[in-house]
Order: sequence, then C-alpha cells, then structure tokens
Amino acid sequence: MNNLVPVFGFLGPLWQWLMEPLQAGFMIKAIWVSAFVGVVCAVLSCYITLKGWSLMGDAVSHAVVPGVVVAYALGLPFAVGAFTFGFGATVIIGYVKSQTRLKEDAVIGVIFTGFFAFGLVLATKIPSNVDLFHILFGNVLGISQSDIIQTLIAGGATLAIILFRRKDLLLFCFDPNHAKAIGLNTQLMYYTLLSVLALTIVTALQTAGIVLVVAMLVTPGATAYLLTDRFDHMLAISVATSVISCVLGTYFSYHLDVSTGGSIVVLMTILFALAMFFAPKYGILVQKLRRQMPQVPTV
Amino acid sequence: MRSDTFGITVENISVTYSNAHLALYNASCYVQPGTITGLVGPNGGGKSTLFKTIMGFVNPNQGRVHVDGLSVKMAQKRQLMAYVPQADDVDWNFPVSVADVVMMGRYGYMNMLRIPSREDRRQVSESLERVGMTDFAHRQIGELSGGQKKRAFLARAMAQNSRVILLDEPFTGVDVKTEKRIVNLLLQLRDEGHTILVSTHDLASISTFCDRTILLNRTVLAQGTTADTFTEENLSMTFGGLPLSSLPQPRSLPQWHHE
Ligand SMILES: Nc1ncnc2c1ncn2[C@@H]1O[C@H](COP(=O)(O)OP(=O)(O)OP(=O)(O)O)[C@@H](O)[C@H]1O
Ligand SMILES: [Mg+2]
Repeated sequence: MNNLVPVFGFLGPLWQWLMEPLQAGFMIKAIWVSAFVGVVCAVLSCYITLKGWSLMGDAVSHAVVPGVVVAYALGLPFAVGAFTFGFGATVIIGYVKSQTRLKEDAVIGVIFTGFFAFGLVLATKIPSNVDLFHILFGNVLGISQSDIIQTLIAGGATLAIILFRRKDLLLFCFDPNHAKAIGLNTQLMYYTLLSVLALTIVTALQTAGIVLVVAMLVTPGATAYLLTDRFDHMLAISVATSVISCVLGTYFSYHLDVSTGGSIVVLMTILFALAMFFAPKYGILVQKLRRQMPQVPTV
Repeated sequence: MRSDTFGITVENISVTYSNAHLALYNASCYVQPGTITGLVGPNGGGKSTLFKTIMGFVNPNQGRVHVDGLSVKMAQKRQLMAYVPQADDVDWNFPVSVADVVMMGRYGYMNMLRIPSREDRRQVSESLERVGMTDFAHRQIGELSGGQKKRAFLARAMAQNSRVILLDEPFTGVDVKTEKRIVNLLLQLRDEGHTILVSTHDLASISTFCDRTILLNRTVLAQGTTADTFTEENLSMTFGGLPLSSLPQPRSLPQWHHE
C-alpha cells in the first residue's frame, strides 16, 4: 500500500479513514458478532418466511422483554430469561388459540403486547442496571464478553438444530400433513421451530434490539425468496445478503455515528427493494416488460 | 367389521370443526384391501373430512379408524398410508422442485438426516417415470399444469410405496387423456396389491375402474360393490332430495344444506 501512496496521494487518507474502525478492538468484535448473528438469522428467516410466521417472530421478540429484566434482576444470564419468556409466550399463544375462536393474528397481538407491557412495567420498577434503550435497540458496539458467549451459545444451538433437522423442518413448512402421514411427530416439529425462533431472537437481541430483530428474521429470507425457486439457493442468498448487511451496517454505524441495528436493517431493506425491482424472474421490472411484450415467452 | 382385519375400517366417526359445524356423523365404512374404492358425494358432503380423519389430520369427536388392523399412528410409522391432497391444499409457490416433492415420499425410509440412498433415488426416478413426469423433475412445483401437479403428487405417493393410498379428487381439472392415464396407474397399483380409496365427482367413470363404492353425504349412505351400490336410487338419495326417514338418525339433527 505504501508505495502506492505517491501515485494516488488521496488514497492514503482514504485508506486510513476506511481502516480506522478496524483499529479498535471493540469494532472487530462487533463486526464478527454481527456477521455471526447475520448467518443465524438468515438461515432461520428462510423457514420463517416460508411458514408465514413473521408475525410470530415479532411476537416472540417483544415477549422476551420481561425475561431480560427478570434475568438481570436475579443475576441470571440474559439469554435464559429471554428464551424462557419468548418460548413461553409462543406456548401461551398456541394454548389460547386452541381454546378460543379467535384468529391467530388476534391472539398473537394480544399476548405479545401483554408480555411487552409487563416488561416495561418491570423495567421501570425493578432497580437494576438494565438499560431499556439497549434492550429495545441493541448495543453491539458495547457488547460485553459474557453477552458474546451467550450469543454464541444460542446461535450455535440454533444452527445445530436447523442443520440436523433441516429437511424435516422444510417438509413441515411445506406440507405438515404429509409429514404426519409418514409418521413424523409434527407437534414436536412445531415446538422445535418455535424454540429455534426464540433462540435466534436471543442471538440477535444484542445486535439489533427487540424492535428491529424481526427484520433480521424476515427480510433476508424474503429477499432470497424473490430471487430463486430452489431452497438451497434461497438459503445461500439469504445468508449472503444478511452477512453483507450486518458487516457493512456495523461498520458504517461507527463512521456515521448512527444506530447499529438501524443501519443493518436499512441495508437489508435496500437489498430487498433491489431484489423486488430487479429480480430476474419475479422482479417488478421484468414482469412489466413481460406484460408489454406478451410475445416474449416467459421462462 | 373388525379392527384386526386388513384394509381400512372406519367405525362410527363423527367430526365437528371448530366452528361447530358437524361435517360427519356416525359414519362407518370398510375399504377392502387390494381394491379401488370410489368415494362419492356432493360438495361439502364430507369426503375430504373423511380422508383427513382416516389420515389422522383431523381428530373425530367419536369413533375409530384402523388401517390394516393398526391405529392410524402406528400405520403411519410403518409407512402404510399415502395421501394425495386436493389441489387447493398445497402452497404452489414453495421453492421446491417436482423431484424434491417426490423425494419427500421417501423420508420415512431414510435416517434422521434424510440423506437419500441409491434405492431412494431409484424409487423417485421410477415413480416420476411411471407418471410420465421425468422431463419435469426439476421444475418448481407451481410451474406445472393442473394435471401435471396431480401426477407429481401421485408420484410422491407411489415413491412412498405404502399399502394404502388415498387420493382426494385426482381427476378434478384434468383432461380425458390424463384421467385415463391416472386411472391406468391406479389399476396397476391395485394389481400390485395396494388398497386405494379415491374421491371423485366424475360419476361417469366410477363403474369403469372402481371395484367398490362408498356414497357419502355427511354420513355413509351406502357402500358395497359398485354394481350393487352405484344405483340411480342411491345416487338420488346422496345428491338429491334426501328422504330423511331412510337415514340413520344423528344424535343432534344437523341442518341439511344444498350447494
Ligand atoms: N377446516 C374447516 N373448518 C370448518 N369447516 C370445515 C373445514 N373444512 C371443511 N369444513 C366444512 O365441512 C363440510 C365438509 O367439507 P369437506 O371438505 O369434507 O367436503 P367435500 O365432500 O370434500 O367437498 P368437495 O367436494 O367440495 O371437496 C363442509 O360443509 C365444509 O364447509
Ligand atoms: Mg373435498
């Protein structure tokens, strides 16, 4: 690099400016954590979008708040409290749905706002050093060592479970009846997917915060879904867009001094919009062209 | 009707959906092994509900189902039952190919990781071949015509290689040629020893390939060999003005409705 400096004099400072965040140890850490979270969320998001569980993701993410507060108050790892309440909320949602004539979205709406409100009440009453702002919006730049460990454990468990059961989970999303017909325990698959969802939210909590975590759980899968008809490609595209957004988002949030979770999700949304307009098969542009030139055979 | 017999035994089934609609009441029937049995009834008569009950997707509020003498759960664990759904029960935008779908018929034979063996692959390509869908193996499932979709799911049932195959309206929206082709496949499968229950609205073709017939309108109104059962009289009872007195009386009288 140094011998290039005389030729492209401006590159030196630019390079320095680009590298500056990477000099700080906490930035390196934050970027690695975000990238990891990006992978975990992207993998799960393929299943969540195909299953139609986006709203469930939103619900679980809000329902973890009281769990985080209680965990801090009791001196437990935040992940334990978050998982317990997140998963507990899904069980309650399932129960209420089976016992009433309400539609699922109404049940979800009632339960998760209830949990969230309870969390707010707790957070403002229990004296603890929980920073509500950090729970809501994430704080990956200031992530502690123990939080990193919890993130890695939750994320690692998620990836392991999905890797191990990926075909069955896909079958469960596509055709639960057939899954049952070949003797699979669909009830177990349902709760497996829900607990993996809760684990992923625990994983992403520090990076995106509960308000934005649903974007990380839905957007990469939705983007990939617009770009391909094959599930393995969908997984790859989802992971790629997610990791790119997470790494660049974290990086830019340092330079621009803006919210990390916010910039990650903005990037994801931009990629989604690009896919929506320019996707080769399902893009709005191609479909417009096809309509104008009906003689062009569709692929 | 005993539960230790082969074939499908349905004993006194009643099904109420969560909206309190009584879709089936006191329905009993028997599907003989190694036959093709046609299931006939009006729209909303409960054909799909009966299928879903036999498959264990819907829990009846009374009654029992046995398949080859086993409970439904046990029968499924042993890969005894395959089901070809009515077309509108499938998400056609799902990113899976025809070959992927047919391979799902083999999952029950694979290990936990569902890694296909050579035998699994052979069964898949053979099933695709038999339904004439080899050329479409790598198409996304939504990019098929109605008849091709039916054949893809029939191929999955064949790959599953189960003794009992249930098909919910495989002929709806299918042209004459494809219908002939599916019928021929069903006849072959029967001759190979499979037990087949098939619902259809194509009354004209029933007597050409169904050994036995079950007439259903919220309960089983008649059953037996097609020659005995598929009569003018029975059909008008099933589809037309229902002489209430001739029916087994349900515990709570449902309202009859005609569509
Ligand atoms: N999931 C459900 N919830 C509530 N009611 C249902 C449900 N599924 C079916 N029904 C009702 O149960 C009755 C029987 O429906 P079913 O689908 O078994 O009829 P079918 O004989 O298969 O009709 P078709 O010929 O139109 O396929 C209908 O009146 C229907 O409205
Ligand atoms: Mg039906």
